[in-house]
Amino acid sequence: MAPPIARSPHPLPLLLQRTRRPDQSGARAWTPREGAVVVRLPRRGRANERGAGRRGGARRTMAAAAGAPTAAPGRARRGAPMYSKELTSKKRDEFEDILEERRLSSDLRYAMKCYTPVIYKGLSPCKPNALKSAVLQSEQVQYVIKQLAKETGESVDIIQEEAMEILDEMGHSMQLGAVRFFAFTLSKIFKQLFQRVCVNEEGMQRLQHAIQEHPVVLLPSHRSYIDFLMLSYLLYTYDLALPVIAAGIDFLGMKIVGELLRRAGAFFMRRSFGGNRLYWAVFAEYVKTMLRSGYAPIEFFLEGTRSRTAKTLTPKFGLLSIVMEPFFKREVFDTYLVPISISYERILEESLYAYELLGVPKPKESTSGLLKARRILSDNFGTIHIYVGQPVSLRTLASGRINRCPYNLVPRHLPQKPSEDIQEFVSDVAYKMELLQIENMVLSPWVLVSAVLLQNLPAMDFEVLIEKTLWLKGLTQTFGGFIEWPDNLCAKKAVVSGLTLHSNIACLVDGRVVLNDKGLEDGAIGEVVFRRALAILMCATYRNQLLNVFVRPSLVAIALQMTRSFRKEEVYSCFSFLRDIFSEEFIFFPGISLKDFEEGCFLLTKCDAIHTSQQEVYPTDKGSIIVSFLSAMFRPFMEAYQLIFRYLSKEAKETFTEKQFIPGVRNFVFQLLEKGNTQCYEALSSDMQKNALAALAQVGAVKKKKMSNGFTYSVNQEAVNKVLDMFDTKIPVQKPVAARL
Amino acid sequence: RQELLKWNGWGYNDSKFIFNKKGQVEFTGKRYRLGGMVLPTFKEWILKTFGASLEHKTTSRASLNVNDVPPSIVNEQFLQDLRATKISYSQDAEDRVFRAHGHCLHEIFVLREGMFKRIPDIVVWPVCHEDVVKIVELACKHNVCIIPFGGGTSVSSALECPEEEKRTIVSLDTSQMNRILWIDEKNLTACVEAGIVGQDLEKQLAESGFCTGHEPDSMEFSSLGGWVATRASGMKKNIYGNIEDLVIHIKMVTPRGIVEKNCQVPRMSTGPDIHHFIMGSEGTLGVVTEVTIKIRPVPEYQKYGSVVFPNFERGVACLREVAKQRCAPASIRLVDNAQFQFGHALKPQVASIFTSFLDGLKKFYITKFKGFDPNILCVATLLFEGDREKVLQHEKQVYDIATKFGGLAAGEDNGQRGYMLTFVIAYLRDLGLDYYVIGESFETSVPWDRVLDLCRNVKERIVRECKEKGVQFAPLSTCRVTQTYDAGACVYFYFAFNYRGISDPIHVYEQIERAAREEILANGGSLSHHHGVGKLRKRWMKESISDVGLGMLRSVKEYVDPNNIFGNKNLL
Repeated sequence: MAPPIARSPHPLPLLLQRTRRPDQSGARAWTPREGAVVVRLPRRGRANERGAGRRGGARRTMAAAAGAPTAAPGRARRGAPMYSKELTSKKRDEFEDILEERRLSSDLRYAMKCYTPVIYKGLSPCKPNALKSAVLQSEQVQYVIKQLAKETGESVDIIQEEAMEILDEMGHSMQLGAVRFFAFTLSKIFKQLFQRVCVNEEGMQRLQHAIQEHPVVLLPSHRSYIDFLMLSYLLYTYDLALPVIAAGIDFLGMKIVGELLRRAGAFFMRRSFGGNRLYWAVFAEYVKTMLRSGYAPIEFFLEGTRSRTAKTLTPKFGLLSIVMEPFFKREVFDTYLVPISISYERILEESLYAYELLGVPKPKESTSGLLKARRILSDNFGTIHIYVGQPVSLRTLASGRINRCPYNLVPRHLPQKPSEDIQEFVSDVAYKMELLQIENMVLSPWVLVSAVLLQNLPAMDFEVLIEKTLWLKGLTQTFGGFIEWPDNLCAKKAVVSGLTLHSNIACLVDGRVVLNDKGLEDGAIGEVVFRRALAILMCATYRNQLLNVFVRPSLVAIALQMTRSFRKEEVYSCFSFLRDIFSEEFIFFPGISLKDFEEGCFLLTKCDAIHTSQQEVYPTDKGSIIVSFLSAMFRPFMEAYQLIFRYLSKEAKETFTEKQFIPGVRNFVFQLLEKGNTQCYEALSSDMQKNALAALAQVGAVKKKKMSNGFTYSVNQEAVNKVLDMFDTKIPVQKPVAARL
Repeated sequence: RQELLKWNGWGYNDSKFIFNKKGQVEFTGKRYRLGGMVLPTFKEWILKTFGASLEHKTTSRASLNVNDVPPSIVNEQFLQDLRATKISYSQDAEDRVFRAHGHCLHEIFVLREGMFKRIPDIVVWPVCHEDVVKIVELACKHNVCIIPFGGGTSVSSALECPEEEKRTIVSLDTSQMNRILWIDEKNLTACVEAGIVGQDLEKQLAESGFCTGHEPDSMEFSSLGGWVATRASGMKKNIYGNIEDLVIHIKMVTPRGIVEKNCQVPRMSTGPDIHHFIMGSEGTLGVVTEVTIKIRPVPEYQKYGSVVFPNFERGVACLREVAKQRCAPASIRLVDNAQFQFGHALKPQVASIFTSFLDGLKKFYITKFKGFDPNILCVATLLFEGDREKVLQHEKQVYDIATKFGGLAAGEDNGQRGYMLTFVIAYLRDLGLDYYVIGESFETSVPWDRVLDLCRNVKERIVRECKEKGVQFAPLSTCRVTQTYDAGACVYFYFAFNYRGISDPIHVYEQIERAAREEILANGGSLSHHHGVGKLRKRWMKESISDVGLGMLRSVKEYVDPNNIFGNKNLL
C-alpha cells in the first residue's frame, strides 16, 4: 500500500491567507475545489494584527479548533438523538470589538468601501424585480392561482394581479445605496449607543465558508429592533452577502423607514395569513426561490417576535418549515442553519417592554415615534455580544430521521401539507436551534446581580450583594453559562459598573442597593404597586437571561422540596410535571424529560448540592444553600402560575378569549397586591399569563377552540383544580417578604 | 469463448489499455475502432483527474492459483444421473471460477487479489431446451442448487454464490444453446435459444437482412436469456423498444414444469402478463430456454451526430423537449462536462496537421465565438437510423430543437466516438485497477422534473462521502442521461477514485456506492433502470415496491420453486 499523501484535513489554514483565486491547473487534489472558497478577511486588516499580537497563540488554536462548517455539532450517526447538550465546559470563540475600528477611521469611507461579498457557488446575480417575476411565474404560484380561479370563478388575470400586489407589498428591493446609507448612519448611531459591539470572528469565518457552500439561513435571537440592523451591519462589515430579512408588516406603517428597510433587504410578511392560500403560496415561493438560488442568506427570527422578557420564546415553525422544504424535496443539496446569539448588556426597549407587559399598549411603529426615541441616543447601552454559532447542516440533522420520501409520489410544485414525521422534525430542529442560541448567549455580571437582588427585595447590603454575585458566577459557570467577565475585573467593580449602567433600575444608597421604584412620592396605592411592578419586571428582564441555563437543576431542586421525598421516581415525576407546566415558559427539547432530569441531577451533583444513588436523590448538607437559592430563583414563576390557576379556577368565565383573560387576571392579581395578600409582582406580566394559559391548554386543562376571530378558551374546572392542588399542597409557604422587615 | 476473454477483467484478452514505451496510453487489439491507436492526452487526464501516479502500481496475479479454489463437492448420485444424460459438464477449477462472478468491482477485485468463498461445484452445458428440462428434473430429484449463467456480465452480484449454500451448486451455462431456431418473416419474429450472445444474434440475423435492434452496452458478451432475466434495456430502445417490448414469447423451465403461452400474439388480456413474472426474475424461478423476439429489417442508413450545449441544464431541457415531441432518434445521450472532458482526452493522435488545425478552429469557434465555457459545456450524442430520407428529415427536426436550447451541431465524428467509447470504457477499469484507481457505474430512472436535482445531488454526495471516508483525491463523479422517455429519463453515473492510502478500498467503495443509492432514492429516482437488483440492491426492495409488492413476488417464488432449487438468492 502506498503511503498516504500528506494533506491538511481542512482548508482552514487558508483562512488566514489573503485572497487567492483557485488554481485550475495542476494536479486536482481536493484543493482546487476548495480553493474556490476564496477566503478573505476584509475588514480586519489592522485590527486583526493587533488582536493576534494581544492574544498570540490562543487565537490561533481557537481558529484550528473552530473546524469547517461541515463538522457541525450533532453530526450524529443515524438514529442518534438530535439534541444533546455538551455538559463538559465548552470552549468558545473569543470576541472582537467591531466598533473599535469605527472609532478610529472615517465612517464615510467605510460606507463607501468596495463591497464585493462572497456568494453562493454558481450564483448568477438577479435583480429584486426579476426575482419577483420568477416567483409569479413559478409553477407553484401559478398552480394556486389556477386553483383559486377555478374555485372562486374569478379570472386568472385578476388573481394574478392580486399575487403581484402581494409580491410588491412583500418583496425587498435591496440596493447598495441604501446599504451604504445604513452603514454610515448605523456607524454613527451604534457608536453613540454602545460601548462595544463584540463578535466572535471565528464564527464569521465559518459563516463565510457556509455561504459559499450551501444556502444559508440565519437564525438570530430577537430581543430588540437593533437585532437585524446589527446583523446586516455586521455582514456588511465583514464583506459577506447581506441577508434578506423576514420582517413584520407593521414596519411598513413607518414612513420612509419602511421603504429604507426594504432597500436594505427586508421583506415583509403579514402577521397572520393562515387562511389566505394565495398569500401563503406567494410568500412561501418567494422565500424558497431566494433560498434555492442561493440569492442571499435568509434571516428570520424563530421566536417570531421580540421577546419582551429577554427569555427565549418558544419557536414558531412556519417559516422554518418553508426554508427546510427545498432540502426535503432535494431541490438543494443541503441547507445550513446558523444560530446566532445576540446579547445586550442593556436592552434598548427595556422600559417599553415593562410597560407593555403590564398592559400599557405598545406604541405603533411610526417614524415620529422613532424620532422621539432619539433622546435615548444620549444614553449608554453598554456592550452587545454577537455569537455566530456553528452552521448546522440540515442534511446531517435529517439523516436517519426522514427515511421515507413523502415527496416522491406527488409533483413537487403542488402544495402539500407536511407529514407528521416532517412536522415533528421541524419542531425538533426549531427547539434545537433555540437551545443552541441559548448556549451561546453572553451573560453580563449585571444579570447575576439582578438575580441576586430579586431574591432580596426591596434592598440589600452592598457587600453581601457582591459576595453573592461572585458565588452565583461560579454556579453559573458550573451550569455551563457563558459569562463575559473580564479576567482581572474585581467583583466590586463589576457590580458597580452594572449599577451605573442600570441606574434606572437600582442604585446604591447608604451602602445598600435599592430598587428604583419610587417615582411619585406619595401616589395612590395603585400607583405604588404599578411603579414597583415596573421596576421588578425590568430587573427580571436581566435575571431571566439566566433561567434557561438554570431551569433543569432548579426544577430538580424544586421537585426535591415539593415531594419531600428522596425517591428518585417521585422526584422525577414531580420534575416532569413542572417541566410540562413550564413548557411554554422555558425551552425544553420535546420529549426528553428524563434526559433533562438527568442533566439537572448531573449539574447539581457537579456542584455538590445533591447526591444521587440508584434509587435516591437527596440534598447534601452544604447543598441546601444552592437548593434553596435555585428554588427561590424560580419562585416568582411558581407563585405567579399558582395565582393564575386560582384565577382560572375561581374567577374566570366559562368561555373567554385571550383578550378577556389578560385584563381579568391582571385585575385579580393587582387587587391581591394592593391588599398585600401576595408579593408576586411578576404575576402581572402578560407574558407569564399567556404562557400559563398556553401550558394549561397543552396539558388539556383548558380547551382551546379556533373561532373565526381568534381562539376561545374554556376551563376544565376539575383539571385546573388538580393542577392547582399540586401547587397548593406542595409549594412550601413563603412568608411575605415584608414580614422580614 | 472462455479462452478469448480475460479471466480477471472485462472483455477480450487482446483488447486493453496499456502505457506504451513512450509512456503514452494505447489501446491494443484490432476489435475496436480505437484499436492500436495512441491517445496522447489521456495520460495527463488520468493524472490530473485522479492524482494517480505511474510509479504506484498494483499488479494482479498473472493467473488463477488452482490451489486457492474451493474444492468441488458434488452430490454423487446427481453426478451419476447427470453422466447418464450425456450432457457435458466440468469440475475444473478455472471453469468454475469463471462462472462464480459477474463484473461488479468487488468481484474483479477478488479475482485479482483473493478468492471467492463459495463458487459453483460443477458447470453444465446443455445444448437445447430438453437438456435443461433434464437438468432441472435431476436437480429437483437430488436437491441441488442451480444458478443459470448466460454472458456473465451481471453488475448486481447476481452470479455470486450464496456463501451459506450447503447443497451442490450447479452453474447452468446456456452458452451452447445459441441457435436461431426459426425466422418468421411474415410476422417479423424469430425464435432464438436463450444462450445466444447479443452480437452473434445480430450477426446471424443480419445474414437474412434482419436485426433485433436491442443493443445494451454489454451486447458483445451478454445473452438473450440474461436480457430477459434482468429486464434489460438497449441503447436504441427509442426505435426498437426495451426487452419487454421486444419479447413475444418466452419458454422457461422451472421446478414446477415448463411455463409458456399458447400463442405468439402481439398482446393478450389474460390476467397479469406472466412474462412479467419472468422478466426481471434474475434466475430465481427457472431457466429461460427459448425466446421469440421481434425482428426488423436492417436499417438502410445510419447517421451519427452530436450537439454541444452551453451547460448541462440546457442540454437536459433539450432532451426533455425532444421526448415531449416524441422525435427522439434511435439513441440520444447527454454527457456532463466531466465526461465530455474524458471523451476529449480519449481522442487519438491526429493524423495530419490539417485535422489538428481544424480541431483548433472548431474549439476556437465554440469557446471564443459562441462563448461556451469549456469547463461547463456538455455534449449530446445522437444516432439516427432508418430510411435515408427520413433520417435526414429527422435529423433536421432534432437539430432545430437543439438550436432553441442553445445547442450547436458538433459533427458526426464526435457522435460516433461517443458511442464507440461506451464499449471501450468498460476496459478502462482494468487500467485504473493497475494504478490504484477503482470505479464503477450505476444507473437509475427519474422523472423529468427531478433529473437536474438528482444528478447534482448524487454527484455532490459522492464527492462528500469520499472526503468523509478519507479518500485522498477528489473522485471522478460524473453522469449522463442515456435514455429519454415520455415521463422521465435514465441516468447513468460513473464514479471512480484513487484509493492510495486507504486500507480497505472495496469497503469504502461500497459504502460510497450505497450512500449514492440512498441519495438517488431520496431524490425520487428508482432502484434500477436496467441493471437489476441481484444481491447488491436487495436491501432497498421493500422500500421500492412495498411490503405487499414484495409478498406478491415471494408467493410466486414459493409456488414455482418451493425447494429453492434456483437458489442464487437474488431479488427477494
